[in-house]
Amino acid sequence: MSIWEYANPKKFMETSSWALPWVTGLAVASLLSGLIWGFFFTPDDYRQGSTVKIIYIHVPSAMMAINCWAMMLVTSLVWLIRRHHVSALAAKAAAPIGMTMTLIALFTGAIWGQPMWGTWWAWDPRLTAFLILFLFYLGYIALWGAVDDPDTAADLTSVLCLVGSVFALLSRYAVLFWNQGLHQGASLSLDKEEHVADVFAWPLWLSMAGFGLLFLTLVLFRTRTEIRARRLRALEARERMA
Amino acid sequence: MVELGKYAGTVLGAYGVTIVLILGLVWQSLRQSARMRKRLEDQERRMGRHG
Repeated sequence: MSIWEYANPKKFMETSSWALPWVTGLAVASLLSGLIWGFFFTPDDYRQGSTVKIIYIHVPSAMMAINCWAMMLVTSLVWLIRRHHVSALAAKAAAPIGMTMTLIALFTGAIWGQPMWGTWWAWDPRLTAFLILFLFYLGYIALWGAVDDPDTAADLTSVLCLVGSVFALLSRYAVLFWNQGLHQGASLSLDKEEHVADVFAWPLWLSMAGFGLLFLTLVLFRTRTEIRARRLRALEARERMA
Repeated sequence: MVELGKYAGTVLGAYGVTIVLILGLVWQSLRQSARMRKRLEDQERRMGRHG
């Protein structure tokens, strides 16, 4: 069996139809258990007080904002190189999810930043890179809507995705590139000096798994909608030709 | 109920925004899917009738 089999819309619809209930169940279970564990059963931080509970939504959403763009990059490259329609449709389906995750990261970061840094916003490298990433998501979605021919739209948005990948990468590593700004480094790290305490880390891992599975659920679901939309366009075109 | 102290508004605000945005995304995905499914079924039925 090859991964390219899933480039066939029929095969993708069959497999995703089987997988969706399982992925959805896992997403709901891990998201709820991670968030409930983090919100109700973890202590306050000695410096940040109860605001540390925002970590269970802020870090996973920021992670998914970047990972979603990475997934779009891979599927866009598959489209550009191998011209598989399902991969272009998966990238299109993922963009609104990534944009929402970026928005959640920006909002929760601002809400968290106000009491901790004394400001809602700073032109810090990571914050600025995230804002630009959000604008790239908006531009990507707008470009899909602005071009009538789906193949041309897929070509143009794939190129935009390649360009935007620089900012997705920057939003992840900006803290390391420019050793300045308000935002701290990674919350979860193999380096014991940087790593958050285990009491916060375990529910955080669970929330991250939950956000990842929620993303997978929504991408599968929305890609199925895009495949139906493509079939509808094809049938309407056939009807017009008849 | 968990004791959030002086940061209760901050924490609940962050969770509130997140829940609203995620539920909005899920609702939009479900609505778009239902609409598309119906349009496709209608089109297939119409084309089936007319060969």
